[in-house]
Amino acid sequence: MAQAQGSPIATPLADRHQALGARMVEFAGWLMPLQYAGIIEEHRAVRTRAGIFDLSHMGELYVDGADVAAALGYALVTDPASLKVGRAHYSMICFPEGGVLDDLIVYRLAEERFMVVANASNAAAVSDALIERFAGFKVVLDDRSLATALVAIQGPASLQVLAPLTDVAITDMHYYAIEEGAVAGVPALVARTGYTGEDGFEVFVDVAAAGSVWDALMEAGRSARVIPIGLGARDTLRLEAGMPLYGNELGPDTTPYEAGLGRVVKLGKEGDFVGRAALERAQADGPRKKLVGLAVRGRGIARHGYELFAGGRRTGAVTSGTLSPTLGQPIAMGYAAPSDAEPGTILEVGIRDQRVPAEVVVLPFYRRAT
Amino acid sequence: MAQDQRYTKEHEWVRVEGDLAIVGITDYAAHQLGDIVFVELPEIGRVLTQFAAVGVVESVKAVSDLFAPISGEVVETNAELAARPELVNGDPFGQGWMLRIRIADKSQVDGLLDQAAYEQLTREG
Repeated sequence: MAQAQGSPIATPLADRHQALGARMVEFAGWLMPLQYAGIIEEHRAVRTRAGIFDLSHMGELYVDGADVAAALGYALVTDPASLKVGRAHYSMICFPEGGVLDDLIVYRLAEERFMVVANASNAAAVSDALIERFAGFKVVLDDRSLATALVAIQGPASLQVLAPLTDVAITDMHYYAIEEGAVAGVPALVARTGYTGEDGFEVFVDVAAAGSVWDALMEAGRSARVIPIGLGARDTLRLEAGMPLYGNELGPDTTPYEAGLGRVVKLGKEGDFVGRAALERAQADGPRKKLVGLAVRGRGIARHGYELFAGGRRTGAVTSGTLSPTLGQPIAMGYAAPSDAEPGTILEVGIRDQRVPAEVVVLPFYRRAT
Repeated sequence: MAQDQRYTKEHEWVRVEGDLAIVGITDYAAHQLGDIVFVELPEIGRVLTQFAAVGVVESVKAVSDLFAPISGEVVETNAELAARPELVNGDPFGQGWMLRIRIADKSQVDGLLDQAAYEQLTREG
């Protein structure tokens, strides 16, 4: 596939987005829909009905072989050996120094077959790192990112919309489970995972089948007024749900402990893993900074990069922020000195030339009803 | 759009009411911004200099400067926009108005883009 240097890759659904009048944006080297009807309308649709997402830019890395569980256990901070077939967990791949290279979802498809889903911006780096870390293990990495399309449906109506289209028994599917079957007549992996804080499903198919699956979901969702959702609303949804975004809350200079994700690191698992020594030290020493949720209590929207102050002294910065469509108020996440991170603490966020009060609150900002 | 409206290159519109000018942003600008969630306007009594950044219009994803189309003193701001910033999207030339300014120099208004020139600008944009 010949690409002019620097031009973004179109997903298999690009023509549909254009036809739907989407405003497109370049993201991680891909041409993606930012919004269709509007970010707030799309956000509300997911919270009250359901929405359909093109997530084909994500990375899908298949790992197979006799040593697969041990290899992944060495490469990642979690213990994939503990996953039952058909189950998944949230994970991270860390640098030897303990910083985060990417956050991931690891799915166990079979005894000796896993799928690792990486962020679009890190797919190549994760692939390279895994290959390096797999040296000496009997495993094969198959990067199927460009061959795989991902269509997600998220929202309370997801189940009723998807169920008639698939032979997978999704009604009783556990959260963070995955099954192979058919969706709209095409072979698919269906996972009950998502990045919105709502119930929902992620459907992995071959790129050639992406259009059929998208069309089928849109048609099946018509009576429930399901609409397409862009990256803009994807971001406001995950922020309300308190979910980190790599590049904002997570990065090479942040340990899982600082991001409040210490429970993901399985120091108790057997054997060495990349970053173990640094992470054991990090856990023992305590965090240099702490991720906080912030509810802005004055007039103004806190945004990525705005500084945070405690008693006039700079204590950190905002990593993500927006006007929460569900709460109708500005919310944010950011890093502060651990001594300033206690819920209830009133910090100040620098918004242009003003210092606006913001209260440290426990995440998430939004949790769904059941 | 009213034929007596004038426009700036930064997509503000101006209508004259006696010695006052009403100011807002155009539907083109509102559409470019997307859902507007916050508007910060200069305080009443502030004297604005033409083309200076005097306020902010924020969408979900971005912060955009509001520029003074003419010089003059702010005599009124649209208080509705604090609770209902979406009025700018819904009715940018009407209920989404932002400022009333006492015109310091009428010739500044005449120097702004007319309807045809603004339409040309947005076609090229």
